[in-house]
Amino acid sequence: MSSRIRTDLIEINMGPQHPSTHGVLRLGVTLDGEVVVECQPDVGYLHRGIEKLAEMRTWIQFIPITDRLDYLASMLGNAAYVGAIEKLGQIEVPERAEYIRIIMMELQRVASHLVFFGTMALDLGATTPFLYSFREREDVLDLFEMVCGARLTYNYFRPGGVSRDLPAGFYAEAKAYIKKQREKLPEYDDLFTNNQIFIARTRNVGIISAEDAVNYSLSGPSLRGSGVSYDVRTADPYSIYDKFDWQVITYPVGDVMSRFMVRTMEIRQSLNIVEQALDAIPEGELKCKTPPRFKVPAGEVYHHIESARGDLGVYLVSDGGEKPYRMKWRAPSFINLGALNSMVKGWKVADVVAILGSLDVVLGEVDR
Amino acid sequence: MTEKAIRDSFPDAVVETTDVFGIPNIKITPASLLAVCEMLHANPEMAFDYLADITAIDWQDRIEVVYQLTNLAKNVKVALRVDLDRETPELDSVTSVWKGANYQEREVFDLMGVVFKGHPDLRRILLPEDWEGYPLRKDYVIPD
Repeated sequence: MSSRIRTDLIEINMGPQHPSTHGVLRLGVTLDGEVVVECQPDVGYLHRGIEKLAEMRTWIQFIPITDRLDYLASMLGNAAYVGAIEKLGQIEVPERAEYIRIIMMELQRVASHLVFFGTMALDLGATTPFLYSFREREDVLDLFEMVCGARLTYNYFRPGGVSRDLPAGFYAEAKAYIKKQREKLPEYDDLFTNNQIFIARTRNVGIISAEDAVNYSLSGPSLRGSGVSYDVRTADPYSIYDKFDWQVITYPVGDVMSRFMVRTMEIRQSLNIVEQALDAIPEGELKCKTPPRFKVPAGEVYHHIESARGDLGVYLVSDGGEKPYRMKWRAPSFINLGALNSMVKGWKVADVVAILGSLDVVLGEVDR
Repeated sequence: MTEKAIRDSFPDAVVETTDVFGIPNIKITPASLLAVCEMLHANPEMAFDYLADITAIDWQDRIEVVYQLTNLAKNVKVALRVDLDRETPELDSVTSVWKGANYQEREVFDLMGVVFKGHPDLRRILLPEDWEGYPLRKDYVIPD
């Protein structure tokens, strides 16, 4: 019998309509049998040209568009944008507003990581964990709805503060949510994280070394899952994160499991931050005074924050007018996706879904 | 310190340095970009291992490309800036230094029309392949 079997490479399309792509993404995958030889992501299906749109809108009019980039973490899009304006305009934010922002940003991170947990399980064929994590995410969305009336696109942050105060009863509801979420997390682990099938599908799969992860400009949990302790909240502190007791989570292996574990452990850290902020929040102003015809002084600034997906940067150029001269978004999902080809080469086609899922990309942010 | 290191290795490269909210922004000549990046990456004193961002700005008389670099271990940041001729904006690709530059340079090419020489796969990335023009240029006319 011949030891060599002649095989042709075949090209298949994964997407653009495919549940595991988490949006409209096409992967052009070249296969040798079941093994991936090449994987070229094709993006841009959701491109709305928001950087051009920004040049035609006033500074304030653009805030709702920041909700529509990373639509699973809109609060963090708000935060990156108004943070850049405040840096360039040297606008002071009242202390109460900073606390409210921290509570919103970290609840948002929890909500986003819960979506990741559920969709990661779904990608690997487990449907029930999705129902668990979306049940708890619903409570976070209820909290957001109390605060700003919206469940996904909040338009809540303003240069110099936030648009409205926490409503009566928020404190108690938020505390109850934190308690409930902490009780549920071990259930998630029993159901899914410690599941033998899950472990077999993710441990030592799709490994990217720390050196490669840095060279590919990975960021967020995808970078920390390779053992690199880089988190913008501590590396380039913004807002008032230095007032709280919390840890940057890293896992050393760089496989799908490590990236998964970073996010599930970050949920716990974010809950700790929210709890401390709720207890320490002072009374006071919600927003500093800004003129009705809001302008930003001429100049430029690069501001970045740690979003749920990584290093979310905003580059602003102002000519002193009512509209931005140039605005650029450094979208972590877009840059993380750039490493996908190198991560899936040599793995089986079924692993592509696991590895892509572990990068947790949001196509609204990739395509902008 | 970063500026001095560049001046020591490439006496003619630096045009000017400005401070942008605490981050030194060093303007260098386009011809020196790749060599400066290789030095900043390889030199153990500098070790700018992380390319955070590449963007471009159309100033109407020139196109400026801005690179945000970080040394993760020391948490040091620097930005490199390069002025390009608006009619024929060309620049060496830095994908040989940072693989993360691949997508980012494609985006700048797609939306601003800067050609990166030596890029392994310089195609449009967000817009369709047959799109005409570069939307983020200031003289771009938005189609109906």
